[in-house]
Amino acid sequence: MNKLFKSKVISNEALTEEIYLISLEISDDVKTKPGQFCILRVNQRLDPLLGRPFSIFEHEKGEIKFLYRLKGKGTNILTKLKKGDSITLTGPFGRWYPFPEGDFIVIAGGIGLASVYYLIKKFPQRAYLFYGVRNEKEILFYEELKRLSKQLYISTEKETSYAYKGVITELFREKSIQLPFPIYACGPMMMLKELKKIVNENRPCYVATEERMACGVGACLGCVIKTREDFKRVCTEGPVFELKELVL
Amino acid sequence: MMPVLEVKIGNLSFKNPVLTASGTFGYGLEYSQFVDLNILGGIVVKGLSLKPKQGNPPPRIYETPCGMINSIGLQNIGLEAFKKEKLPFLKKFNTNIIVNFFGENLDEYIEVAKLLDETEGVHALEMNVSCPNKTSEWRKMGLEPELLREAIKRVRLHIKKPLIVKLAPQVTEIALMARICEEEGADAVSLINTIPAMVIDIKTRKSMIGTLTGGLSGPAIRPVALRAVWEVAQAVKIPVIGVGGIVSAEDALQFLIAGAKAIQVGTANFINPIATVEIIEGIKQFLIEENIKDINEIIGSFKE
Repeated sequence: MNKLFKSKVISNEALTEEIYLISLEISDDVKTKPGQFCILRVNQRLDPLLGRPFSIFEHEKGEIKFLYRLKGKGTNILTKLKKGDSITLTGPFGRWYPFPEGDFIVIAGGIGLASVYYLIKKFPQRAYLFYGVRNEKEILFYEELKRLSKQLYISTEKETSYAYKGVITELFREKSIQLPFPIYACGPMMMLKELKKIVNENRPCYVATEERMACGVGACLGCVIKTREDFKRVCTEGPVFELKELVL
Repeated sequence: MMPVLEVKIGNLSFKNPVLTASGTFGYGLEYSQFVDLNILGGIVVKGLSLKPKQGNPPPRIYETPCGMINSIGLQNIGLEAFKKEKLPFLKKFNTNIIVNFFGENLDEYIEVAKLLDETEGVHALEMNVSCPNKTSEWRKMGLEPELLREAIKRVRLHIKKPLIVKLAPQVTEIALMARICEEEGADAVSLINTIPAMVIDIKTRKSMIGTLTGGLSGPAIRPVALRAVWEVAQAVKIPVIGVGGIVSAEDALQFLIAGAKAIQVGTANFINPIATVEIIEGIKQFLIEENIKDINEIIGSFKE
């Protein structure tokens, strides 16, 4: 399967001040799975040098989307792209979320939604979604998430009509006793550390991880993460790991 | 007429002068989903040691202007696993397999070299003389002329296959280091290895790299590498292999003109997985356009 594409931008819009959604053309025969990622690189540039890895947010025939946060030089260039601009896309790479058999729990922290949305969409009406954001303005795709999930729980730093006040792992802890399902999570390191304290090791818990990355194909050994056995490559042995494997 | 691209290093013939740099192409397999490995002049595989090595704690890489710093710490699967798990795959391809190797001390260098010399399917050895091991006196073998001399002399005694020595750039006179390699019987030198470098986060005041410093690679180091290759090519008769920030055919050609008999593509693989193929194609095109029939005509053709 070809994994290198000279692609074109279909659309690239700001959803909040710092969160963007970019949609790219991709050949019809490409198959992807939730949890996998692609590397985007704006053609011909040597600075920034490396492409940037992004979780696949959505993929339908011929069109692939990535949700990203404006963070530095690389993402800043991405935000400037317009419909019709060229971009190089490599992927899909990495291990995906094992498909859930029945209902499942999803915990998304902020931009971590980028990795789990595809999973929720692929298995509609089966996810108990816990979605934590800093404030109301950061809640993305509310209508879609409401429709796609079996139950939607939102937490923000301030209490609102539809959000719990506090961190999402706290809300999850309160509800988790009644929900004996496998967990799928993506979010900041703090969130994963909290989860590690809460979740019993016997319970399947799959988390998508992030590290600075260069090649994306397991060659450079740059993106390793510490696991119980040894260092593992986020790009090829991850980005999805079982939480119990990770040394956080 | 198709120009001749074949070059020779020692008695080893390469179908073209484009090789991959150690540590940037894994064990070949990783890039075989993008590149027909048969097209390459050679593959230099990730540095191997006798025993598996876990490597350095993350963060291991950081991007810098037109480059990147890495501190992988020579993580590798060890010689036995390489022979069992990686080499059978590589053997299927019609290209030269060069194994980059290192040891914790000189005895281990010799042992790995001996074993590789006996291994069928390995065409040449590339000796990494900038060993980062913090405990052995040999860690500086690439930086101190007399240590280098002793190391090459002793390794050379034990191997018959072509021996390439990969030189570190942070020395007073790299041409002197290359001459020592030549005098002690190395078949070629490859240069440059990464340049020691660092980046500090001003908020935390810590290094962006787990081991504080790492090696800089990518286009940022290319002019430094080119100058080093040019100096060395004038100082020795053995072939010089140019490495450092090559991302295009034009870059590669500069090294060849400066006197490199072959080049290695490193960091470019990360940014464009088919960089090697594009460079080979670009060199071919250039030779056709310039009406040059044999690549060897361009090697060392620099004019002052």
